[in-house]
Amino acid sequence: MHSVWKTSIRFTLVTALLLGLGYPLLVTGIAKAVFPHQAGGSLIQLNDGTVIGSELLAQSFVSDRYFHPRPSAAGNGYDATASGGTNLAQSSKTLVTRIQGDIDKLAAANPGKPVPIDLVTTSASGLDPDITPDAAYYQVPRVAKARSLSEEAVRNLVAQQITPRQLGILGEPRINVLALNRALDNLAK
Amino acid sequence: MTANGWLQFALFCLILLASVRPVGIYLARVLEGERTWLSPLLRPIERLIYKLCGVKAGQEMNWREYAFAVLGFSAVSMVLTYAIERLQNFLPWNPQHLAAVGPDLAWNTAASFTTNTNWQSYTPESTMSYLTQMAGLATHNFWSAAVGIAVAVALIRGIKRTSSGTIGNFWVDMTRTLLYVLLPASIIGALLMVVQGVPENLSAYTTAHTLEGQAQTIAQGPVASQEVIKMLGTNGGGFFNANSAHPFENPTPFTNLFQIFLIFVIPAGLTYTLGRMTGSPGHGWAVLAAMFVLFAAGFTTVYWAESHPHLLIHGAAQTGSLTAPAGNMEGKEVRNGIAASSLFATITTDASCGAVNGMHDSFTPLGGMVVLINIMMGEVVFGGVGSGLYGILIMVVLAVFIAGLMVGRTPEYLGKKIEAYDVKMSMLYVLIFPLIILSLTAAFVMAPNIGLSSLNNQGPHGLTEILYAFTSGAGNNGSAFAGLNANTWWYNVALGWDMLFGRLFMMIPVLALAGNLAMKKSVPPSPGTFPVNGSLFTVLLVGVIVILSALTFFPALSLGPILEHLQLHAGQLF
Repeated sequence: MHSVWKTSIRFTLVTALLLGLGYPLLVTGIAKAVFPHQAGGSLIQLNDGTVIGSELLAQSFVSDRYFHPRPSAAGNGYDATASGGTNLAQSSKTLVTRIQGDIDKLAAANPGKPVPIDLVTTSASGLDPDITPDAAYYQVPRVAKARSLSEEAVRNLVAQQITPRQLGILGEPRINVLALNRALDNLAK
Repeated sequence: MTANGWLQFALFCLILLASVRPVGIYLARVLEGERTWLSPLLRPIERLIYKLCGVKAGQEMNWREYAFAVLGFSAVSMVLTYAIERLQNFLPWNPQHLAAVGPDLAWNTAASFTTNTNWQSYTPESTMSYLTQMAGLATHNFWSAAVGIAVAVALIRGIKRTSSGTIGNFWVDMTRTLLYVLLPASIIGALLMVVQGVPENLSAYTTAHTLEGQAQTIAQGPVASQEVIKMLGTNGGGFFNANSAHPFENPTPFTNLFQIFLIFVIPAGLTYTLGRMTGSPGHGWAVLAAMFVLFAAGFTTVYWAESHPHLLIHGAAQTGSLTAPAGNMEGKEVRNGIAASSLFATITTDASCGAVNGMHDSFTPLGGMVVLINIMMGEVVFGGVGSGLYGILIMVVLAVFIAGLMVGRTPEYLGKKIEAYDVKMSMLYVLIFPLIILSLTAAFVMAPNIGLSSLNNQGPHGLTEILYAFTSGAGNNGSAFAGLNANTWWYNVALGWDMLFGRLFMMIPVLALAGNLAMKKSVPPSPGTFPVNGSLFTVLLVGVIVILSALTFFPALSLGPILEHLQLHAGQLF
């Protein structure tokens, strides 16, 4: 029995050093040297050094001039230190009331068209950077009007920003909201 | 449901099936101590570890010594993690200056990671320092996976050996699994994840200034190195609260496919290892076929359930088109859509992984029920690394026993007579599981201030939240109906024991069975021997698994998800 404890302690310490420090530090070293952009969180940096966000994370957009991401349950919304969903059940009164309220609000500004479901449901992470192409097209009239652009110009921009399924099969077609909004700002210039 | 969704499922199955034989052969070579192509590089490190730890590699253990080694190592490594959590404010790699973890949460988390459960009562990005994540938690992702494989291979040796008192050396099995399998695969896998966008750094959180002029603090850290072993070891503990739904943990549809492949690759390969080491490859394939049947049935049901529109929501496009997915998108990510989210949920609960790329709490009642049933079947549909194989071998022993009863002969399994002691150990394994789950669930459901006060949802779904928590803990899964606030003293302590009992109390009967089988003589097959390969055996095995879990858990399920489904369709909300 004595030797079991002794071996356990020694084995724990030796392998903890190997797996708990050696391995992650090795991977960090290689990753930072070879893929610094991804290893650093795919941050978007302006020429003056300001970080405006990460390519991979949703950020809040409320102005009519921008496309809006999906609603977020991360912290008080789009909090990248408190990811998560609502965890409300399909049978939850709170959930159905919230979704129906959002639908009615959106429909008032865009009557007659059914609201894409992803635009009124919170994502699992609260940081989902994407919306479906339908959800982007749905917002075109509002954005075009706020920017005094033709709907066609904005619609073309949306079409250019669609990321197809990866390798033609995997996942779903999607649009990165931050990338779309940056392209929109460039278009206006 | 879409054609593309089914195509993704088919692609996954093809890749997995193609991996079974090569992975199984490699695992067998590693576990039998043979030379592999990595030996020239790793053999010196292996010898050094034996030397530093005082391991006599040639010395074999009987089942009791093996079990003591498992328990001793689990206890020591659990204490180390507890200590790191409690002291993290004094230790390096804590750029956010996070405080020490409280005692009940530290206990729960140490138990959770030691048992391969990775249940998380906490929000990692605001609770755990980088050092805790790397040295306290990710280490257990390696260790607990290796322990599972070690116990599984000990059982295989018990089946294979005759008149033998020993079933292998625990330290050698651990060392070889870590060095030759988990570590090299993790290094390559982690770098692949980084290429796709998973961060890997030790920097403090970055504050971004958004286009609309707000501040957004972005949590990051050594994510990729933890991510890959979290999936490969079927651990499932996320670096972030949202787990594999977080775009930093699982940024692209490709990483999503890679992650679910990593979950199943070792459990699937081990069925081939079983066939190869026992000299009956047909048996390995028959076991794999049984797993596949249950997996495909589970995915079909979840995908079907999640594709349905919500009947009480009006004015939304829920039917789907080429450019928008149909169905239940609450708690799911656009890049994955319904198909890849349903596939991930099925796989993570079939295996005892517990990582999630969508929130199970927000699944439809029937979709949520299937993922719960997957855990209730005892984590044998592929299952955890190692634990899935020894779990399903217990079911195999019971299936052979039942077949023996039907034809009126002493049951045999691969040349070993299955006798009273073997069936007793198997039944012990099967009974401990629901006993823990149902008694703890009952206790917490009856305690309004301790149990019910943590609920996020009311009505039958509330019962399911508590039932899911204790099932996930005892099944060492770790996924959650995460609305339940489990970070309370009572839940932390109870779930800690739930996980430890569900792991260690179930491993001991397995090792006892291994020891007993190893001592037996081999009997040649006779015309009365029930064959353990072929489709008849697969059907019998599936039948035993389904009937056993259905009889045990149907009453609880009828009060939870089934009732919720019926009431929702009658227009009742809570």
